Amino acid sequence: MSEMPEIVTITTVVNETPTVKTFVFDKLFAFRPGQFCMVWIAGVDEIPMAFSGANSITVMKVGDATEALFSLKAGDKLGIRGPFGNGFSPSGKVLAIAGGIGVTPLFTLAASGEVDTFILGARTREELVFTEDLEKVSDLKIATDDGTFGFHGFVTGILDQIDVESYDTICVCGPEMMMKGILDRLVAKGIESRGQFSMHRYMKCAVGVCGSCCMDDHGLRVCKDGPVFTGDLIKTGEFAHHHRGPSGRKE
Amino acid sequence: MFVIPLPEKCGGEGASFFEGIFADSGTCSRLGSENKGGGFFSCVHTQPYPSRFLQPPVSSFSRLSDTPVPNRELHNPKPRIVPPRNTMIQIQLPEEEIAGVPLKNHMLLAAGILGTTGASLKRMLDLGAGGVVTKSIGPEAISGHHGPALIPVDGGLINAMGLPNPSKDFVEEIAPLKGEPVVVSIFGGTPEQFGTVASWFPDAAAFELNLSCPHAEGYGASIGVNPRIVRECTEIVKTYNKPVWVKLTPNVTDIKIIGKAAEDGGADAIVAINTVKAMRISTEMRRPVLGNFFGGLSGKAIFPIAVRSVYDLYEAVDIPIIGCGGVSTADNVLEMMMAGASAVEIGSAIYDSVNVFSEIAADLYSPDGISAEEIVGCAHV
Repeated sequence: MSEMPEIVTITTVVNETPTVKTFVFDKLFAFRPGQFCMVWIAGVDEIPMAFSGANSITVMKVGDATEALFSLKAGDKLGIRGPFGNGFSPSGKVLAIAGGIGVTPLFTLAASGEVDTFILGARTREELVFTEDLEKVSDLKIATDDGTFGFHGFVTGILDQIDVESYDTICVCGPEMMMKGILDRLVAKGIESRGQFSMHRYMKCAVGVCGSCCMDDHGLRVCKDGPVFTGDLIKTGEFAHHHRGPSGRKE
Repeated sequence: MFVIPLPEKCGGEGASFFEGIFADSGTCSRLGSENKGGGFFSCVHTQPYPSRFLQPPVSSFSRLSDTPVPNRELHNPKPRIVPPRNTMIQIQLPEEEIAGVPLKNHMLLAAGILGTTGASLKRMLDLGAGGVVTKSIGPEAISGHHGPALIPVDGGLINAMGLPNPSKDFVEEIAPLKGEPVVVSIFGGTPEQFGTVASWFPDAAAFELNLSCPHAEGYGASIGVNPRIVRECTEIVKTYNKPVWVKLTPNVTDIKIIGKAAEDGGADAIVAINTVKAMRISTEMRRPVLGNFFGGLSGKAIFPIAVRSVYDLYEAVDIPIIGCGGVSTADNVLEMMMAGASAVEIGSAIYDSVNVFSEIAADLYSPDGISAEEIVGCAHV
C-alpha cells in the first residue's frame, strides 16, 4: 500500500518555551504513545518526531530542519508519515522518567492514563513543558539541573529517593546519558527488563529498510524494532557509547 | 489506515463521534475506552490551547494490553502459510561456491538494505541470508540526499538515499565479519576510485561494483551506462584478486551490451538489476516527494523487469547472473533461476518481514529437492 506523506495544514503554533513549539494540525493520527512520525518540511528535509497529540507534534529547535520548521505558521503545510515503531507497552504500576523534550512521548502515555508516577527533568524552570497537565494525570515530581524548580539535580536524584522496585514498568525518554544513569540503577537491582527506553538515532527511511538507525551490538533497527527497547536489549553495545551520523560514521 | 476523519466542528453539532470528549471550553481529552481504537492515544488539540484535559483519567481505562510487546518480531517470526509441498519445485542447498563466493543458500541480502553496520549485516546472516552485500562504499564519506529519502509506494519502495556511506571507516565496521560471505559493494566516479576503494577490503568475499545507482550524479548509473567505463572499472578491481560482481542498471536501451562489457572486463558475475528510475509527486504539495525529486523503484513492481533483464543477459553472457529486483517468495526465486539466475538478492521484501530469508528457505529447500543447476536457465526453451 502506498504510504505517501499525509499532507496536513498547521492550525495553531504554540510557544511552549523559548526553544520548544507545538504545531497543531488539521488531521488526526491514531498512534500508541512512543510511536513517532516522519515530518516533511518541503524543500528542507524529513525528520523523525514524537507525536504530542493525535494532531500535534512538539518540537525542540536543534538543527537546520527544526529551525525551518520553527519558521512555519498557521496555514502552512507539512507532510506526515507514520505512525512508526512499536511504542511503549506498560503493564502494572508505571513509572515514567523524562528529560528535556523527551517528555513528549511520555506525556502522551500519561495523558492516556497509563502513568502512576512521573519524574520530569529539565535544565532550568523555563524549559519545563507539559507540567500543568502532567500533574493532573500523575504523581508528578520535578527536577531541574539548576534548582530553579523542584528538586535541585538530575532525575536520577529523585529516582534514588523512591522505591523503584515497586514499579512494574519504568518508561524512559530523554538524553542518552540520563537514560544510562537510569539503566545502570535498574541493572544494579536486576530489573532492567522492566525498563522501556525510547531511543533516538539518525533515521532516513523510518520503515526498517535502509539500516541508518541500526544499533550495535544486535543490529536492531530503532525505527522498526524500536524506538522503545527494554533495558536488557540495550545494556550492551553502543548505548551511551556511540551512535552513527548521516554517513554511517560513528560519532 | 491511521487517519481519522476530522469532524467539521469539533464538539459541535454533527460531531457525535467526539461527543462528550471535548470540554465546553473547547479543550481536549482522551478518547475513552469506548473508542474502538482503545489503546491508541487520541488527544485532540483545539482552542484554547494548551490546557489539554477535560477530565481526570478514567480509572477503568484499559491498559495497552492489546499492544505488541516491544521487539516481538525478534523472537516470534510471524507464522506463514506454506504451500503444499507437492505443488512446488524444491531445491537443495548449494554445495559449491556460486560466482566465487561460498554462499550458505541461494539468497543474498541486496546492497543498500540494512547494510550500513557490521551488526545489522551479522543479524541478517543470523536470520538466514545466504550471504550479504554491504551498503555501497565510496572514496569519500557522504551524508546522502535530504529527506524524504524513501517512500513506500504501491508494489514497492521508491528511494533516493544518495549513496550515504562512511567510506574507509567501513573497514573497521565489518572487520568482525571476516570469513563470512560478505560481498562489499563499492562505487566511485572513475575506474581509479573503484580501485582505491577495493584496496581497503582485503577480507572481502567478493566485490560488487555499483555501476547502477540511478540518483547519484557522477556515480552509479551515470557511468554505468557507458560500456567502456564498465569494462575499465571491472578490470581495475579484478587486479585485487577477488571475485568481481557487476551490478547493472535497467535504465539503458540494451542491458546486454553493458553485461557483455563487464564480462569482457573479467567480471565473475552480473547482478541484475538495480532500481528503476522513478518519481512520485505530492499533489497537495504540488512537488516531488523525494528530497532528490527522483529516485529508484524497487520491490514487487519491478520483478517482471528484473526477470526479463536476467533472461536477456543469460543469452548474452557466459558468466553467472545474480537476479535482483522484487524477489519476495520462493516461487520468485525459482522464476529468477529459470530466467537464468544462479542466485538472487533480496532487498525490499525486508519491508514486510525481516525474517524473509528463513521464510523463503522454508518453502524453497528440501533435502530431497532437485539441484538448482537443473533449473537455472531452463525457461530458455
